[in-house]
Amino acid sequence: MAIFSQLLIAGIATGAIYALIAVGFALLWQTSETINFAQGEFVMVPGFIILSMMSYFEIGVIPAFLITLPIMLFVFGYLFKKILVEPLIPYGDFPLVIATIGLAIMLKEGAKIIWGANALPFPEVVSDQIIKFSGVRASVADLTTLGIAIVIIIGLQLFLTRTFVGRSMEATAQNPDVARILGIDVDRMVLYTFLFNAGLVTVGALLITPSYLAKFSNGETLGLLAFMAAIVGGFNQVRGALIGGFLIGIIENLGAFYISSGYRTAFPIVLLILVILFKPEGLFGRKEERSI
Amino acid sequence: MSQSENLQQEIQGTSLSDYGDSAAWQYLKWGSLVALIIFLIVIPHYVGAYYQFVLSLWAVTAISAQGLNLMMGYAGKVSLAQGAFMGIGAYVSTLLVQNWGVNFWLAMIIAIIVSIIIGAAIGFPALRVEGHYLAFVTLGFNELVVLFLRNEDQWTGGPLGVLNIERPSIFGYSLFEPTRFYYFTLVMLAISSLLVWYMIRSPWGRAFKALKDNPNRAESLGLDTTSYTLMAFAIGSGLAGFSGTLIAPLVEFVEPNQFQLLKSLEYLLMVMVGGRGFLAGPLIGAFFAEVLPEWLRFADEYYLIFFAIFVMLLIRFFPEGVAGFGKQIRRTFFRQTSPQVQGEQNA
Repeated sequence: MAIFSQLLIAGIATGAIYALIAVGFALLWQTSETINFAQGEFVMVPGFIILSMMSYFEIGVIPAFLITLPIMLFVFGYLFKKILVEPLIPYGDFPLVIATIGLAIMLKEGAKIIWGANALPFPEVVSDQIIKFSGVRASVADLTTLGIAIVIIIGLQLFLTRTFVGRSMEATAQNPDVARILGIDVDRMVLYTFLFNAGLVTVGALLITPSYLAKFSNGETLGLLAFMAAIVGGFNQVRGALIGGFLIGIIENLGAFYISSGYRTAFPIVLLILVILFKPEGLFGRKEERSI
Repeated sequence: MSQSENLQQEIQGTSLSDYGDSAAWQYLKWGSLVALIIFLIVIPHYVGAYYQFVLSLWAVTAISAQGLNLMMGYAGKVSLAQGAFMGIGAYVSTLLVQNWGVNFWLAMIIAIIVSIIIGAAIGFPALRVEGHYLAFVTLGFNELVVLFLRNEDQWTGGPLGVLNIERPSIFGYSLFEPTRFYYFTLVMLAISSLLVWYMIRSPWGRAFKALKDNPNRAESLGLDTTSYTLMAFAIGSGLAGFSGTLIAPLVEFVEPNQFQLLKSLEYLLMVMVGGRGFLAGPLIGAFFAEVLPEWLRFADEYYLIFFAIFVMLLIRFFPEGVAGFGKQIRRTFFRQTSPQVQGEQNA
C-alpha cells in the first residue's frame, strides 16, 4: 500500500506536468485549430536552453529558467504564430499539420546536432529527498513539482474565468466569429494563447527534464503523452486536457511498476484507443456538432 | 463559399483524372514515363553495386510511399504508422521464413494480409470520428509496435533484431546478386504502381474524387465515406507491409529502429514533397529521401533538417508539391481546350 501511494503521488506529479503541456496544446487547438505536432519538441528545446544558460552564465537553474522564458515566449509563441501558423491558416488544418510535423523533425534533428545524441543530466528545482508522512513516502521533488503545477493550473483557470482578457480568450476559443462581433480583438487573443502555450511548455521543461534528462528524442514521448492527455480528457475543454494529463501520468506510473516497465508508454496508448472507440469526444469533452 | 474554403479546395483539388489533356501533354507524360523505365532498366550497366543498392532502396521506399499517398492524397487523412506497418511486414515475413521455414513468397503474402488486417483494425475506431484522430492513433500505434519489437525478444530478437536475412530465389534463380535484386525490386515497384493506377481508375477511385470534390454531396448520394477511407488506409498499410517484406532481404537485417516514428514522419514528408494525390508523387518523394542524400553527402546529418525546412517552405508557397509543378506547367503551356473543362474551371 505504501508503494502504491508513493507511485500514485509520483504519477500525479508527472501527470500534472503532462497536464500543463496538454492544456497548452488544447488552447492552441481551440483558438486557431492548430494541432501542434511539435508540442513535445517545444518542451525538449527549452530544457536544453536552460542547461546552456546555466553553463554559459554560471547560474542556478531558476535564474536560467527566467532568462529562457522570454526567449521561448518570443520564439515558440510569437514567431511560431507569425511565421508558420498565420500564413497557413487560410489553407485549412491539413497543411498546418504537415508544417508542424516538419517543424518537429527540424527541432529534433537540430537539437541532436547542437547538444549531441547523449542524455544530459538536469538539476532538480529542489533537492531530491524522501519524506515520510504517516507511513506514506513521497519525494520532495515530486511534491514541489505537483505544487508548482497546481499553482499554475489554478492561476490559469482563475485567469480564464475571472479576468476580462481571460474571458475574451475563452470566448475566442468557443466561437471566434461571435467573439469578433462582441468587439473582442480575436487576433490578439489568439496571440495570447500562443504566448501562454510557450510559457506552459517552458515551465513543463523545467519540471519534467530532471526525470527525463535532456535528450533530443524527448519530444517524441512528451508530445505523444500531451496529445493523449488532451484527447483522453477531451481537447475542446481546458479542464478535459487537465484531467487527461493526471490520468495519463497515474496510469503510466502504475502500469510501469505493476505490469511491465518496458511497456511504460503502451498503457496510455491503450487508454487512448479505448477512449476513441467508445467516447471520441473525450471523457470530459463536449460533442462537437457537425456543420455543413 | 468563403475564401478559405475556396483555397482549401484549390489545395485538395489535386486531380489525377486527365480529362481535357491536350495531345502534346499526353505525349510529354507518356514519353517521360517510357524514358524513366528505360533509364531504370539500363542504369545497372553504368553504376556499381552500391548505387544499385541505393536504387533498390528507392524502389522499396516508393512502394510504401505509394501506400501513404493513397491515404493522404485521396482520403485526405494523415497516417503516422507507415514505418510500423513496414516493420510488421518485415518481421512477419522474416520470422516465418527463419523460424518456421515458410517459403519466402508465401511468407510475403501472409505478411501483406496481416498488415491489411491490422490496418483495418486500427483505422476502424479512428475513422469513425471526424478530424485528425487517425494521425493520433497511428502515432500511438507506431510507438506500440516499436515497443513490442524491442521488448518481446524471444520472438523478435529484441533491440538487436534479426541478422543475416537471406535473399530469396525465384524458380531456383537466386536473387542474391545486387543487380538481380535491383531488377526484382523494380518489378515489385511496377506491380505496386499498376495496382495503385488501377485502383484510382476503378469506381473506387472515382468515389474518392467525388469525396474530395464535395464530401457532403458524395455522402448524400449514398457513398459510405468511412468505409472508403478505411479501405484506403487498409490498402495503404498493406503496401507498407509489402515494402517491409522487401526491405528485410534488401538490407539483410531487421531491427526496431528501422521502423520508429521518425521513419513514418519521413514518409509523410516524402508524399508531401512529391505531391500528394499524384501518381508520380511517391516516386519523386522517394527520390528526395533516398537518392538525393547520396549526392548531397556533404550535408550529412543536416539533410533531414533541410528536408523538413524544404517541406515547410513548399507547403507555404506550393501546396501541391513537386508533382504539382507539372500541373502548373500544363496549365500554362498546354491549354486545356475541352468545353467541359472550361465549364468546370469557371464553376
